[in-house]
Amino acid sequence: MAMLSFEKKYRVRGGTLLGGDLFDFWVGPFYVGFFGVTTMFFAGLGTALILWGAAMGPTWNLWQISIAPPDLSYGLRFAPLLEGGLWQLITVCAIGAFGSWALREVEICRKLGMGYHVPAAFSVAILGYVTLVVIRPVLMGAWGHGFPYGIYSHLDWVSNVGYQYLHFHYNPAHMIAVSFFFATTFALSLHGGLILSATNPKPGDVVKTPEHEDTFFRDIIGYSIGTLGIHRLGLFLALAAVLFSALCIVISGPFWSRSWPEWWGWWLNMPIWR
Amino acid sequence: MTQYQNLFTTVTVEAPGHSGVELGPGNSPRSLDPPLHYYWLGKIGNAQIGPIYLGGLGLASLICGLIAFNIIGMNMLASVNYDPIQFVRQLFWLSLEPPPPSYGLQLPPLNQGGWWLITGLFLTASLFLWWARTYRRARELGLGTHIAWAFAAAIWLYLVLGLFRPILMGSWGEAVPYGIFSHLDWTAAFSLRYGNLFYNPFHALSIVFLYGSALLFAMHGATILAVTHYGGERELEQITDRGTASERAALFWRWTMGFNATMESIHRWAWWFAVLCPLTGGIGILLTGTVVDNWYLWAMKHGVVPPYPEVFPAVVDPSLTSGVKP
Repeated sequence: MAMLSFEKKYRVRGGTLLGGDLFDFWVGPFYVGFFGVTTMFFAGLGTALILWGAAMGPTWNLWQISIAPPDLSYGLRFAPLLEGGLWQLITVCAIGAFGSWALREVEICRKLGMGYHVPAAFSVAILGYVTLVVIRPVLMGAWGHGFPYGIYSHLDWVSNVGYQYLHFHYNPAHMIAVSFFFATTFALSLHGGLILSATNPKPGDVVKTPEHEDTFFRDIIGYSIGTLGIHRLGLFLALAAVLFSALCIVISGPFWSRSWPEWWGWWLNMPIWR
Repeated sequence: MTQYQNLFTTVTVEAPGHSGVELGPGNSPRSLDPPLHYYWLGKIGNAQIGPIYLGGLGLASLICGLIAFNIIGMNMLASVNYDPIQFVRQLFWLSLEPPPPSYGLQLPPLNQGGWWLITGLFLTASLFLWWARTYRRARELGLGTHIAWAFAAAIWLYLVLGLFRPILMGSWGEAVPYGIFSHLDWTAAFSLRYGNLFYNPFHALSIVFLYGSALLFAMHGATILAVTHYGGERELEQITDRGTASERAALFWRWTMGFNATMESIHRWAWWFAVLCPLTGGIGILLTGTVVDNWYLWAMKHGVVPPYPEVFPAVVDPSLTSGVKP
């Protein structure tokens, strides 16, 4: 069921971190494992809480549904369910689900004899989320500094927090993060385009080789990073984008509470200019 | 299960450089041939630097780009009275601004945005020449032209910002200045003027594809690195003759999320995500001010955001009563 032609020989037992053989099975295409069960628990509970929160809220409009964090006056305490307590529980569920998902990926890596790059990379994304909803709120002293769970409400949060620092584009870590995001997208288009162009040459032509790939980039810019290097570069760019994004928000508030354009004063006032 | 994760190349092979696939008749000879080798570069990618194909298109593109770059730099230098120290000190604040709105689409004097227009002309020429170069280099090697068309998507966004939208708005002053902080100021002012760009659905799509590209490259880069001990980085071979690296990479995602790409199709996902980022972004910019004047009101009209609570007394937009003369 739902198996690829070559899949059967890869479906072997073992590689689990917890639970031994107990959850070592598949459901359709999905591997389960101990962490599949915990993923389902946290994801199911979290989704149910979101739905319940939406039912208690003013609207079923998908764009407008929002689960807001507690008021700042609650500080780092628990809030009543409908006054941010739901947000707190959903955050716990989200971190539980993301963490379980990463550990399930580790088990699948072990089962397939693969490196741990994917769960390691996913952990960086989890760190980004945790920075927004745990680390920064804790440093700022209130869960209310987390972002609300809603499609447009989280955009409002980004907009409002940005203007609290007058002009967020002047945040140096934000500048670097955005540059990394653009660079990642740029590099992805180059890599995707290069592979497709070698695999899909002119009609009737034979598929090209890595020598053609290298030659194309050397002809264009004088350097080809190569088939292995491009994947290291791409992974690095993507993770750097996330890490600098986390950095740019965690320093906003805990370490710099004025306007970001003002921050640049140190550069203009350095003694070397005199 | 301790294993090396292949983050760096541990063994550097020293071999003669590769001069590149033979080019057909009508091509110039390559420069920097035989190529150089740099040991530390070989830790993450190929150690070989060069050869490079310059050619007429490349040379013309570089010249046009350098002219644009120098006009920007000289204008910035002039704005600090040719003081090199102040040039370095204020570099991020310096800017070559487009003409004031009062000039509309006319040709302004040089120091009133004329230089900005000339810069745009040369930069656009440079980009078009470079585009032709990517197209022709691909064709001369018998490759498809996917990279050239992806580049065209980026050029589209550039032209929307600096040419199409200013023309539709009837003023060069609408365009983006050349400068570090000044283009960030332009972005913020643009968002504020048109009721917060976050409510622009094409802006939202563009961000989705931007973040999606980072997600895809993290997933793809990590997956390939994780199967490099099976030869997974040799993607063209894996596409034409599927090996265990592709099978494991595919099964990893199938078992994780119930769906997998193939070694070829992941690159189609990659190409489309990257291309759609500037494509949708350009549409969003082009609609702003031309079709939609306030994205927040637009979103409210279409039920995307709730009506704003009436916390302030009604204010009449002064531009509606007096008219705005730019």
